[in-house]
Amino acid sequence: MPDRTYPGPHNIHRTVLDNGIVILVYENFAAASVVVEGYLWAAALSEGRERAGLADYVAGMLMRGTKRRSFDEIYEELEAVGAGLDFSGGRHLSEFSAGGLAEDLDLLLDLLSDSLRNPTFPTQEMEQLRGEIMTGLQIRANDTRHMAGLRFRELLYNGHPYGYSTDGYPETIAAITREDLELFHARHYGPQGMTLTIVGAVKADEAIDRVEAALGDWRNEAWIAPPELAPVVRPNGKLEDYVAMPEKTQSDIVLGLPGPPRAVEDYLDASMANTILGVFGMMGRLGERVREEQGLAYYAYSRLQGGLGPSPWFVSTGVSPENVALATESILVEIERMRQEPVPEEELEDSKLYRTGSLPVGLETNDGLASIISDMELLDLGLDYLQRFPDLIEAITPQSVQAAAQKYLSTEEIAIVVAGPPLDGDPSLRSG
Amino acid sequence: MTLPIKKSELSNGLTVVSREMHHAPVASFWIWYRVGSRNEKPGQTGVSHWVEHMMFKGSPLFPPGTLDRTVSRLGGRFNAFTWIDFTAYYETMPSDHIGLSLDLEADRMVNAFMDEEAVNSERTVILSERHMYENQPTFLLHEELTSAAFRVHPYHHEVIGDEIDLETMTREDLRNYYQRHYAPNNAVVVVVGDFDSEEMLAQIEEHFGTIPPSEAVAPVLRQEPPQRGERRVTVTGPGDAAYLVHAYRAPAATDPDFYPLVLLNAAFAGGSSLGFFAGAGSNKSSRLYKALVAADLAASANGSLTPTIDPFLYRISAIARPGRTLAEIETALDEALSLLADEPIGQIELDKAVKRAKAQFVMASESVTGQGQMIGMSEMVAGDYGWFESTLEQLTAVTLEDVERVRIHYLRPENRTVGWYVPSANGSK
Repeated sequence: MPDRTYPGPHNIHRTVLDNGIVILVYENFAAASVVVEGYLWAAALSEGRERAGLADYVAGMLMRGTKRRSFDEIYEELEAVGAGLDFSGGRHLSEFSAGGLAEDLDLLLDLLSDSLRNPTFPTQEMEQLRGEIMTGLQIRANDTRHMAGLRFRELLYNGHPYGYSTDGYPETIAAITREDLELFHARHYGPQGMTLTIVGAVKADEAIDRVEAALGDWRNEAWIAPPELAPVVRPNGKLEDYVAMPEKTQSDIVLGLPGPPRAVEDYLDASMANTILGVFGMMGRLGERVREEQGLAYYAYSRLQGGLGPSPWFVSTGVSPENVALATESILVEIERMRQEPVPEEELEDSKLYRTGSLPVGLETNDGLASIISDMELLDLGLDYLQRFPDLIEAITPQSVQAAAQKYLSTEEIAIVVAGPPLDGDPSLRSG
Repeated sequence: MTLPIKKSELSNGLTVVSREMHHAPVASFWIWYRVGSRNEKPGQTGVSHWVEHMMFKGSPLFPPGTLDRTVSRLGGRFNAFTWIDFTAYYETMPSDHIGLSLDLEADRMVNAFMDEEAVNSERTVILSERHMYENQPTFLLHEELTSAAFRVHPYHHEVIGDEIDLETMTREDLRNYYQRHYAPNNAVVVVVGDFDSEEMLAQIEEHFGTIPPSEAVAPVLRQEPPQRGERRVTVTGPGDAAYLVHAYRAPAATDPDFYPLVLLNAAFAGGSSLGFFAGAGSNKSSRLYKALVAADLAASANGSLTPTIDPFLYRISAIARPGRTLAEIETALDEALSLLADEPIGQIELDKAVKRAKAQFVMASESVTGQGQMIGMSEMVAGDYGWFESTLEQLTAVTLEDVERVRIHYLRPENRTVGWYVPSANGSK
């Protein structure tokens, strides 16, 4: 590397404040900008199915009025300098992301701190946001890919906290009260384990001082940690469902299984299997077969998220209604091939080179850097993860990839959902 | 360390624009062709985009199925896009592998395979892509809206093309179009990143220098006549959400009115991304947001203006909240526009719009890919990378009088096409 080595323990500055906030700073003076990214342990897991969407609703309300600023004042200050700040509530964490010119870092940290600590949940703003969320849910209900994904999740994780949408449902969003929002914030927003990653044109010690000044005195003794996650039960057969969307032109198919969390020992083996199945080049083996050879679809890819829990390992494709059965069959054939045959050495080598070789491009921007550094902390990968990564990838073998595919994938015990116009020629998928 | 932009031209007419950036060991190689859906004739709509797809189907140096694998194996990212004004291909690579881009792009500039079987296999992929778009209400509305706004100019049709043309397009149509438009004198190479300019230029000369130029492509002459009154379209389709778009005829990128309109949009609607990589950010302090979203009429509202070769559209869009009608939103939008006449944009709003644009410009310039895109797009729509480089000076030079002048000239009801997407009563749930 001529100008910069990968971020590692030698140049990522890590500090833990007295209140538990972890600060990670990586200096990058290539451009006059700065990115602040982070998370805290306010989890949708704490809301429950009957209040689905609450964590994200709370996140959306943080910037709609605080003890120090009105909604208008917050956005006036932020937008006047061309900066951005966003919050979102996810299943395990609530996250935030901010960016702007480095000269505006103080403002970003002040707005971040004010939003996290002092939201007032004004009734008028709460109703306005409720209407926006409801519109978003209407748009979702009219989107084949989203609806296939939503029904797939419900079918696969039936009854488990992973089985509902953290964006919520019309009936749950309609029922959320101001007290729900306030209580969730009071119990689940706190500095305990909160992590903040800063990348950009700022000196590390200066950045740490500024975060400490903004957030160092935050305490929340009433904070409650997210609940333990129950184990996921894998399907013991083929679970199929169909979401009728009769006026649509094209159908979407989502199929898959619970995937391994990042912490398991064979995660990278599974992740490599996923790269080969539906990522490498133009959507891996799935793209090769379903798009290139059969010409059935514009997209056919697989994803394995590998976060804190058993997120789905799934395939997504969009095809004509008459090709649903054929495309599904082709995808299952490719999944079975991952299980039955060891990956040829050369094909594995290609994907290994891709995984290690693509790091420089992924690490070029402040956003890319902040994202991987934040993940190192969250997923306990170690600050030397990028230094170790090439060896971890090199250790993967055709046998370890096949073993992971056999362990986590299946063509018999799998959830398959189609959303779109009525299907021809496959009565098993007609009702739903 | 970012060095100045260099521009030169090979003897076969290929324009080369390069910029060294040494902040990271990466480089981004782009090739831009001066061809897009504006060059298409009825019966062959979608041909530019289809040719772009065929460029991934193999060439002598990169037999079918090897191109994507080769780029990925070397840790690169690649993509291509076809737009109304241009077609662009890029690879962003670890800098020691950027030579692959030169091999690849020089080869497929003239040697791309287009056999019958590959064309037919891609036909169903492209139809599937069109059907994916048709599943989106916003696509259905924009397709009708744009065709209503342009009766004569080929901006009339969508880049993806009309279904019937996608069904009937032949291998010969694609081949002829490719041979006519893919030539060094109709292309611009843009390369940004960690390399030595002199060495890079020598490499480019070696790879592209022997490719013969083609006959000059005929200019697009079918300019749109002036609009003589408001036009309206209504699209009915599935779903529950209703969409409104006001699309005003807008100036071309090189028109002196373009930057004042950028700032009018930034001040009124909050947008100012200029169509580049960096997003426009939030717009919650804008007049448009306050008039439509804060007033509980719309769930979102924004304005967008894209730099184009010929005059295109300035669009203001809104999505209705449940229980609100498009008529209510349209009335409120018209009131907000009238208010803009009574209380024109002031210096504070203008300064804020300029500062926002500057911040977004810095963030968009951060990556080699972002730089490559901005330089190439400037070359395509303005014929000059200087258009992008001088963006900040041009924005700073805009006066309140300029902003008011473009408001009066462009934001007139008779200069617009209004589009409604009305959810059908029996929409799917």
